[in-house]
Amino acid sequence: MYSFSYHRPASVAEAANLIANAADGKLVAGGQTLLPTMKHRLASPSDVIDLGAIAELGGIVVNGNIVTIGAMTPHAEVAASGEVQEAIPALAALAGNIGDPAVRNRGTIGGSIANNDPAADYPAAVIALGATVRTNRREIAGGDFFTGMFETALEEDEIIVAVDFPRPEAAAYMKFENPASRYAIVGVFIARTAGGARAAVTGATDCAHRAYRMEEALAKDFSPAALADFQAPVDRMNADIHASAEYRAHLVRVMAQRAVAACA
Amino acid sequence: MKIDLTVNGQTASGEVEARTLLVDFLREQLRLTGTHVGCDTSQCGACVVMVDGKSVKSCTMLAAMADGCDVTTIEGLANGAELHPMQQAFMDNHGLQCGFCTPGMVMSGLDIVNRHGKELDAATVRRELNGNICRCTGYQNIVKSIREGARAMGD
Ligand SMILES: Cc1cc2nc3c(=O)[nH]c(=O)nc-3n(C[C@H](O)[C@H](O)[C@H](O)COP(=O)(O)OP(=O)(O)OC[C@H]3O[C@@H](n4cnc5c(N)ncnc54)[C@H](O)[C@@H]3O)c2cc1C
Ligand code: FES
Ligand code: FES
Repeated sequence: MYSFSYHRPASVAEAANLIANAADGKLVAGGQTLLPTMKHRLASPSDVIDLGAIAELGGIVVNGNIVTIGAMTPHAEVAASGEVQEAIPALAALAGNIGDPAVRNRGTIGGSIANNDPAADYPAAVIALGATVRTNRREIAGGDFFTGMFETALEEDEIIVAVDFPRPEAAAYMKFENPASRYAIVGVFIARTAGGARAAVTGATDCAHRAYRMEEALAKDFSPAALADFQAPVDRMNADIHASAEYRAHLVRVMAQRAVAACA
Repeated sequence: MKIDLTVNGQTASGEVEARTLLVDFLREQLRLTGTHVGCDTSQCGACVVMVDGKSVKSCTMLAAMADGCDVTTIEGLANGAELHPMQQAFMDNHGLQCGFCTPGMVMSGLDIVNRHGKELDAATVRRELNGNICRCTGYQNIVKSIREGARAMGD
């Protein structure tokens, strides 16, 4: 790892100031992605700004139909939260299946969505549940947040503060996981909301995305059978040593059908 | 920069670089070499220690991030010559071969007890060990050791 200056601000305002004034600054949350990247010298920031001491970025609050999760909330806390389990059990279960227990104790929702790994779990939930990402500058609709492989709508020095998840009528997330890392080879998040069925797919392509055709099929008939003929576009699927494009396309349908069944 | 933390119940201070990993601080400055490094991808779990009561991979945390924290390593478990019940169970059940993964397995075992209690079924232990890799044992005796160690921890 190359050397850098370390900062541990106590407020979002202070962190924003530090990142704006750094030559090549990086925010660090749980460090579960950034630190391995720095160890491999794939990132070499001049300044690392640790968000770990900022109380206003932590915690889970349920207010009416909105579940707000602070950016620095670790996966383990979301998984174990009675409030999340009650309001959006699929979200608690998703958090509880990220990586392994030690990764879940450090890794955070803010870090996960800012990183936007094509195989990450949270992006599927943010999109399918129609969440809102709140930053220190603005609110970004979940559907507009993930813009490409490891790319998001965030500006260079913008800080995620919290994510607001509206409570769905029912929701389920099914992932076919890589048995070594637990990242999604394919993951499908289905939500039944007052506004209709919503679906998002992760792991399958270069970036988590909404599955409109799937939603149309489910609008007519919210059942696994409605997706029996669903075909994900093979030419847009990722292909690697873990799964071919054809296999991923197959998994999209199977995971979607299982998620719909689990919503019933 | 200077950091002050508690390690195995004792105050530990040190001068570290910003880029010093917690595991390197423990091994190289405190000479607590029981915590191992088995990979550079944060996947193997040989480096697991408790930070403020929670299991973390000490290879994936800066020493600076642990400033002010309470850290427990494998060296902090035994009571003098008397092994911790979880350590004793690994010995009794042949829960290790080369021993490289063992410190992390024991620490993760204790973390499983913290979250799931002392009566553990094999499926729970296997699922919860998914961040700890062993290249020798085939896991059977590790699972057995953790279940028995948990039971032996009594109340
Ligand atoms: C062994 C292993 C297995 C894993 N398995 C899975 C898995 O199954 N599924 C899965 O989804 N993920 C998995 N992960 C990734 C894990 O969830 C990470 O915790 C997550 O991707 C990054 O979160 P972090 O808090 O550690 O972020 P960091 O590593 O600290 O930061 C990641 C990026 O986000 C930026 N960032 C962090 N916080 C903010 C913020 N508040 N505002 C703006 N930018 C911010 C940082 O600058 C950095 O660029 C795994 C990781 C490991 C090591
Ligand atoms: S050395 Fe920390 S996970 Fe392998
Ligand atoms: S005993 Fe050798 S790696 Fe586990």
